[in-house]
Amino acid sequence: MLKVERLVVEHGAIRAIDGISFEVATGSLAAVIGSNGAGKTTLLRTLSGLKESKLGKVWWNGREITGMKPEDLVRRGISHVSEGKSVIPELTVKENLALGGLWRGNKSELAQSIEEVVNLFPRLGERMSQRADTLSGGERQMLAIGRAWVSKPSLLLLDEPSLGLAPLVVEQIFATVSMLCRERGITIVLVEQNAMGALSIADKGIIINLGVIVAQGDAKQLIDDPALRSAYLGY
Amino acid sequence: MQQIINTFLIGISIGSIYSLMALALVLVWRSTRVVNFGQAGQAIVSTYVAWEVVNRSGSYFLAFIFAVAIGGLLGGLIESGLMRTLFKHASEGPIAAVAPVIVTLGLLGVIRAVVGLIWTNEGKRFESPVDTAGFVIGDTTLPFSRLNLLIVVMAAIVMIIFSIVFQKTNLGLSLRAAAYNPEIARLSGIRVSQTRTIGWVFAGAAGGVAGILVTSNDTLTPNSLDTLLVFAFTAAVIGGLESLVGAVVGGLVLGIGLSFILIYLGTSLVFPTAFIVLVLVLLIRPAGIFGVKGARSA
Repeated sequence: MLKVERLVVEHGAIRAIDGISFEVATGSLAAVIGSNGAGKTTLLRTLSGLKESKLGKVWWNGREITGMKPEDLVRRGISHVSEGKSVIPELTVKENLALGGLWRGNKSELAQSIEEVVNLFPRLGERMSQRADTLSGGERQMLAIGRAWVSKPSLLLLDEPSLGLAPLVVEQIFATVSMLCRERGITIVLVEQNAMGALSIADKGIIINLGVIVAQGDAKQLIDDPALRSAYLGY
Repeated sequence: MQQIINTFLIGISIGSIYSLMALALVLVWRSTRVVNFGQAGQAIVSTYVAWEVVNRSGSYFLAFIFAVAIGGLLGGLIESGLMRTLFKHASEGPIAAVAPVIVTLGLLGVIRAVVGLIWTNEGKRFESPVDTAGFVIGDTTLPFSRLNLLIVVMAAIVMIIFSIVFQKTNLGLSLRAAAYNPEIARLSGIRVSQTRTIGWVFAGAAGGVAGILVTSNDTLTPNSLDTLLVFAFTAAVIGGLESLVGAVVGGLVLGIGLSFILIYLGTSLVFPTAFIVLVLVLLIRPAGIFGVKGARSA
């Protein structure tokens, strides 16, 4: 289980996350929803160790991970796909994928993981030797998720994977995210502005506004709550 | 015709040394996105140490090993002791681009001063490990000696080794990832700080090779490698700062070109020509000969 307790994160004098507490059950999918500047990305960057917290604690599977570095968290099964198609444009598709498994130092395991990604996203298989900057936006997002998959995560943190993508591609990305959770048992925290899309595949919804949680609970119930819908979900 | 061939051969030899130093600059650039102007200072230290070793042991081979080791060690120490702190405190805003330039230039000055204090500014003669007389073909003695051949071979070996490391190994992939995007590298489990240090160690070692080779059969002073640094930077820009092959090709192109200028037009035009070439490359093809084209926008 992912447990976040009274987390406080500051950007200089600004308090971006103000005492957030929530839990995500192992093997479930939690969607974190909120408008621009709500603190969603900061929350994810703190969970993955990119940003230091001021106060509060984070546990993953019973072990405290507060303040750990991203490279150490990867070794504990936590993988973060950051906002904006998290790939390295100058590297080839294959090299981007291989990055996720370098730390394990096991070549056969790495090759097997890359094969799994190709099965998941066949289009990447056709472009293995191409540089990542020659891919379309949707392909880059697939590559970013693929890189995270190669690191064999038990907790996957996804930051706005639908950002700037065509509706059909968004559908495909959400279907893949849902499959990774339901069929592969990966716990997923999905940060999204596409509230309806994210909540429709999530078990739990967490709505953030100005660094505080304004509502959390069963995703379906949040969708059906007219007050929340009009105030925070924008439809 | 004979003079053209001779000029060409001299150019290859000079160009190989430019290539070696350009390789060192490219290695640091590829692993940390810093143009290390302090590289000449690091190489001068390793070359002075090599000079001491030759004087005390009489073994050029041992001196060569020391030059590589000290060059690498110094590179590692500078990255972990100085550059890492700099990256931590000046990684954002306009200062992030300027700070490494100022620090590495300052480093060059400091190292030269310290070297002058230890070994004085008096020139030290560094004997060549091999015959410096030109090869003889028939009745003609070429201006290309065994020392020149050694320089060309060493440049080729260093380039091949580093090309294999960068393109074919996990360490090379980590080095490139850490340079291009440290955040994604960290999120992929790569220990970026240590990886960067390794990049500087490699560059320091390559600079050490360049230093000892360029001063073999020459006089060593604290400023000996300053001109080499300028030409090596020009060579790296010509080839493309991203490319190890580009560094070697850039070095050879510049070496041969300047050699023709030197023989046919005179010494005074060598430096201005290098500068004009640098500016032209930056204007016409900023990514260099081996630079890659721009990316797809979406």
